[in-house]
Amino acid sequence: MSTQVPETETETEAETDVEHSEPLAPAQEERMRKKAEGRAEREERARREAEERANAEEDTYHLKVFRFDPEVEGKQEPRFDDFHVPFKKGMTVLDALIYARDTFDSSLTFRHSCRQAICGSDALFVNGRQRLGCKTQLSDLDEPVRVEPLPHADVEKDLVVDMDHFYDQMEAVEPYFDADELPDGELEEQRQSRANREKVKMSTRCIWCGACMSSCNIAAGNNEYLGPAAINKAYRFAMDEREGEDRKQHRLNIIEQENGVWRCQTQFSCTEVCPKDIPLTEHIQELKREAVKNNLKFW
Amino acid sequence: MYEHDVIVVGAGGAGLRAAIAAQEEGADVAIVSKLHPVRSHTGAAEGGINAALREGDSWQDHAYDTMKGSDYLGDAPAIETLCKESPKEVIQLEHWGMAFSREDDGRVSQRPFGGLSFPRTTYAGAETGHQLLHTMYEQLVKRGITVYDEWYVSDLAVTDEERPEDRTCHGVVAYDIQSGELSGFRAKEGVILATGGLGQVFDHTTNAVSNTGDGVAMAYRAGVPIEDMEFIQFHPTSLPSTGVLISEGVRGEGGILYNSEGERFMFEYGYASNAGELASRDVVSRAELSEVNEGRGIDDEYVHLDMRHLGEDRITDRLENILHLAKDFEGVDGLEEPMPVKPGQHYAMGGIETDENGETCVGGLYAAGECACASVHGSNRLGGNALPELIVFGKRAGQHAAGKDLGTAEIETGQQGEYELGEVDTPVQPGEVEPAGDAVADGGVAADTGSLSGHDVVEHAVKRERARIQSLMDRDDGVQHAEIRSDVQKSMTRNVNVFREEEGLKQALEDIAEARERYRDVFVKDPSRTFNTDLIQTIETRNILDTAEAITLGALAREEFRGAHWRAEAQERKDDEWLKHTMLSWNDGTPELWYKPVILEGEDKEYEPKIRSY
Repeated sequence: MSTQVPETETETEAETDVEHSEPLAPAQEERMRKKAEGRAEREERARREAEERANAEEDTYHLKVFRFDPEVEGKQEPRFDDFHVPFKKGMTVLDALIYARDTFDSSLTFRHSCRQAICGSDALFVNGRQRLGCKTQLSDLDEPVRVEPLPHADVEKDLVVDMDHFYDQMEAVEPYFDADELPDGELEEQRQSRANREKVKMSTRCIWCGACMSSCNIAAGNNEYLGPAAINKAYRFAMDEREGEDRKQHRLNIIEQENGVWRCQTQFSCTEVCPKDIPLTEHIQELKREAVKNNLKFW
Repeated sequence: MYEHDVIVVGAGGAGLRAAIAAQEEGADVAIVSKLHPVRSHTGAAEGGINAALREGDSWQDHAYDTMKGSDYLGDAPAIETLCKESPKEVIQLEHWGMAFSREDDGRVSQRPFGGLSFPRTTYAGAETGHQLLHTMYEQLVKRGITVYDEWYVSDLAVTDEERPEDRTCHGVVAYDIQSGELSGFRAKEGVILATGGLGQVFDHTTNAVSNTGDGVAMAYRAGVPIEDMEFIQFHPTSLPSTGVLISEGVRGEGGILYNSEGERFMFEYGYASNAGELASRDVVSRAELSEVNEGRGIDDEYVHLDMRHLGEDRITDRLENILHLAKDFEGVDGLEEPMPVKPGQHYAMGGIETDENGETCVGGLYAAGECACASVHGSNRLGGNALPELIVFGKRAGQHAAGKDLGTAEIETGQQGEYELGEVDTPVQPGEVEPAGDAVADGGVAADTGSLSGHDVVEHAVKRERARIQSLMDRDDGVQHAEIRSDVQKSMTRNVNVFREEEGLKQALEDIAEARERYRDVFVKDPSRTFNTDLIQTIETRNILDTAEAITLGALAREEFRGAHWRAEAQERKDDEWLKHTMLSWNDGTPELWYKPVILEGEDKEYEPKIRSY
């Protein structure tokens, strides 16, 4: 399914009795039924309390959060839920989501772990742009803050998308170091110049969050396109002077194929959304130049 | 049921290294992890990897520094193994392409770190863990090792002989977070726990939300003793509002700590007259809180870490990541102003008792990395010693589980060598809430598995776990885990922090007992089987309860001041009485306290406990 749903916003989180389109195991079915009972009332109460609190405290932030669950009645049709979260200085989108989940609705689902922009779990579509939830200050955003899953990926539930395609592309570029030969001594390192380390440094900062891939129009229309993150990964190795010339040839062959670097139309959308400031488009352009040089060499 | 020779639980540094090592020994290995490997918290490590690589340094010096840093509670065979093998493992990472910072001659860079007598901390900017994690995951991809990612291991399949030393681990039970499928994973040769930290026991921590002590709690409940749990490292430089870590590398490069009076307090108040800011972490954390307690903190909460004098070039070259973290998470520009910092929970020195081959006393069960306790760090870990622990002991556990002969371990595990039983006066009965037999949802207890085959032991565990999950899911009202978790975290931070007093520790035990009582009524509100994080976090919260209690029990029992463990009632290190490890056995729900001696006898010398000053 696409995340670009027609807006069927609903202010209620109440779920009515469940009728499943797919048969469920009896235990699960019973569970769903029992939980649905009484939930409407309970959630209505919680929502009223939350709203009262929101009215009482001026300093709240209004979030509109995308909801979808293939299994749960009332969530099978994508919708947006409203949450009013008390604001504290320094609060991020992730903090607000955690607050909403822990206080209002424990079924609100999103990936997160490190809270410091290194695990790459919480790339989201916030106010129309790919951002890491943990690295985005609420105070930088206009209200209501609209939080959606990454576009151009299948939604599993709420803000969680299927990352398999992203991982497949990353792994398609043979993303591992492979030197022709290593120093003899097991305690002897390969030498690398500071300049060369500097050259690959930004490319090694990728946290696999998927923001770039989600922002890329080309990737959206062509599932075979390697995409900015994977090409950046290829760049990281192709530019590393510790690998040999044959290996570099092989790497250029990979990124030069039909769905490699030449698909990029230098729109810079990936570069703009990268939370680690990796110059993705420049890396892709540089690989194009390398590929051309390489072909001239054999011509 | 899935079946492999070796199952590794967790995919951070230790788990990845273990899997690679096991595969190199010819085993069919798979990783089961609640996060995709690149999401693991190893990626957040900043400072570096200690290794004696250079002329003028030696593994013996590294071992001496580590033993001193441990306040003589590390075991010499484990420490010496770490220090001897770390250089080879660091170079192995370089051979796998890791992007270390470089010197002009092209060799890997090293820098000074707290408590080290030589600048042996090998680093990649202030993002060493990220580089290490990704480099190792790349090698995993290269080797085609199977990863079951976003599968949450919720229990171990261990037999139930009376003595834990007679038990065997045959696999694990895991829950597929994406689909809600529960399945057994049979491990024919061994299970390696590499589940990382337990920082979520506290509410101000540098640890990830996922660091919930799962491995420690599961092993503990399966009968494996857990060791030295009271020793929790509070890192001196975490950002006050979020707990985000500011690397010790800042002080390693010359960063200075100031109080509200602008005094360089580490020197001016004599906390560490020689090493100053580069004293061991426990020393610096206590100094900072003492300053705050004496009214010289800023906003009564934190102190300042200033690196401006290092200059923009050096900062950008070696500490660039710190600029981003300070800006993004505290709104401070480290080039223009000092950064606010305060102590935050950072690392658990204790954990699952293992020997230097990563083996526990339960047959076929291993542990490596932060969840394990060999013990390398004793009562205080030195900065830069966690990453080498991951790769050295991850590798050894992987090799041993896959059948490689690593020689007989010198460290004995379980109650089979020299040990003594202990006693501690607690205000409430710790452990399982009665009646244990009915408490299926509460983690359950082992049933009679004496005559079962390995396959059946796993099946049996799956059945037990299915009942537990069903019971959590079936309740349609009760308490939500988030309330329980939050109360325990707050109590732990209030009562079991840097400075500990008997009264506070007892209060924490009472709070935990109350939380256990409430956990009996915990319910999962989300009825879905798709990505039910409500369920996962509810199970994690049970693990937080068990580890929080173990930390507090150890802290109450140990009436001395050693390393990271400070007691108001006992202001000195007592070597006559306390040169021993605190051990806790779950004992089917009635925790048993016991002690085993520290091994100070090294390969060619005895480490003599000395006054520890910096």
